[in-house]
Amino acid sequence: MIEIIDLHKSFNGQKVLNGVNLKIAEKEVVTIMGISGCGKSVLIKHLIGLLMPDKGSVLIEGVDITRLDTKGLDKIRERLGVLFQGGALFDSLTVYGNIAFPLREKTKLSKGESRDRVMHALEDVGLKGMGKKYPGELSGGMKKRVAVARALISEPAIVLFDEPTTGLDPIIASSIHALIKATHKKYGYTGVVISHEVPKIFEITDKVAMLYNGTIIEEGTPEEIQNSTNLIVRQFITGSHEGPIEY
Amino acid sequence: MRRLLIAMGLWTISQLRTIGHMFVFLLNSFYFIFIPPFKFRLLLRQIRFFGNKSMLVILLTGSFTGMVLALQLFYILRKFGSEALLGPGIALSLIRELGPVLSALMVTGRAGSALTAELGMMRISEQIDALTAMALNPIRYLIVPNIVAAIIVFPLIVAIFDVIGIFGGYLVGVKILGIGTGTYFSLMQDYVVMEDIMVGLYKSLSFGLIVSWICCYKGFYTGYGAEGVSKSTTEAVVLCSILILIWDYFLGAVLL
Repeated sequence: MIEIIDLHKSFNGQKVLNGVNLKIAEKEVVTIMGISGCGKSVLIKHLIGLLMPDKGSVLIEGVDITRLDTKGLDKIRERLGVLFQGGALFDSLTVYGNIAFPLREKTKLSKGESRDRVMHALEDVGLKGMGKKYPGELSGGMKKRVAVARALISEPAIVLFDEPTTGLDPIIASSIHALIKATHKKYGYTGVVISHEVPKIFEITDKVAMLYNGTIIEEGTPEEIQNSTNLIVRQFITGSHEGPIEY
Repeated sequence: MRRLLIAMGLWTISQLRTIGHMFVFLLNSFYFIFIPPFKFRLLLRQIRFFGNKSMLVILLTGSFTGMVLALQLFYILRKFGSEALLGPGIALSLIRELGPVLSALMVTGRAGSALTAELGMMRISEQIDALTAMALNPIRYLIVPNIVAAIIVFPLIVAIFDVIGIFGGYLVGVKILGIGTGTYFSLMQDYVVMEDIMVGLYKSLSFGLIVSWICCYKGFYTGYGAEGVSKSTTEAVVLCSILILIWDYFLGAVLL
């Protein structure tokens, strides 16, 4: 479904991605973890076509999106739902307006159908009755929930979560994880989660890949990663400040 | 010496690249003005944004500009015994020159800076990326409505500035300095011709384009964090002000 092949990206001469290779199967949830600033968000932006690689390919459903023009990219993007790190909710729209926005702009649903779907989505993310609020009136956790609802409203085949729990307390973070798990079960999308919430993230993911120094140094099931003998992976999982990881 | 030349060369290349990028941005925006779907609701919202944000400041600066003009022109004209020309003097100065330039500078400071800051905040909070990720073109949604709104609103704002300025001049010239109401307005009718109004219109249209273009560009491609937004906003106001004055000279020279 998604295949990243030998992806390279530099900014002002500084290598951020240095030959990333990763395969994500259909309906699988894969977590890409790594230390802050290791290029996780840069990698996810390549999957949306917001950044173009210096070298390498990104295949989504067999199509190399690095070779597409804007029209072609938009066709692929219509199959994606994205949850950005800060939520990226539109400040000028209410919660209802934010969730309904993709439906209003990209589908021919009637107002009634669109309203029903938004109401269901609000219920799914536990924000029933909050539709008239503006993003500025919401807490961090609520904003993330709205962003999840907006990412899923068009029932995309692929959903990308860029650090869905960053900046949230452990309880709210757990509730977001549970929300991802529940929505995955309901909609059956292919999910890519960027996170460094270990070990909690292992509960919702089928596969984990560790990004370090611009490459995937280890990938496997949560159990395999937890039992990994790779010292970098071990240091990251245990959160120890002593070890081979360079800051 | 060699280092200095290299530094100057690199600076020149970087400036040329920026100018080229700005023109590509403008051409891209023009392209989407004519390609449906058109975003009328967003256009109306931005017309309200420009008008609402700028109206009070335009009323204040317009009236005081007219009043100051009346005082200064009266002093000069009295030296030549031509006080009767106060009305046309004020009207021509406002319609041909001061109305378009001062309104554009005021709108830049009020609505233009707010526009750059808003777009900048949208950029750093990934709202612009979110639009792209939804397969929606951010230029069509965020830039086109602002450019079209500014082109529609600027001539109206300038017209209000001119009318208020002429009224301010009337208050000082007629009510305080004692010129006859008939003299003030009838000579104005004789001396102000359609060509003068068209000069003001061309200027206001082009200033509308300049202000919306620069403010949108600076906001759309803002730097990182709050510092980036603040820098973009300052740059937008300074660049708009400079371009307004430069363009005013060249347009004035052509249309004279």
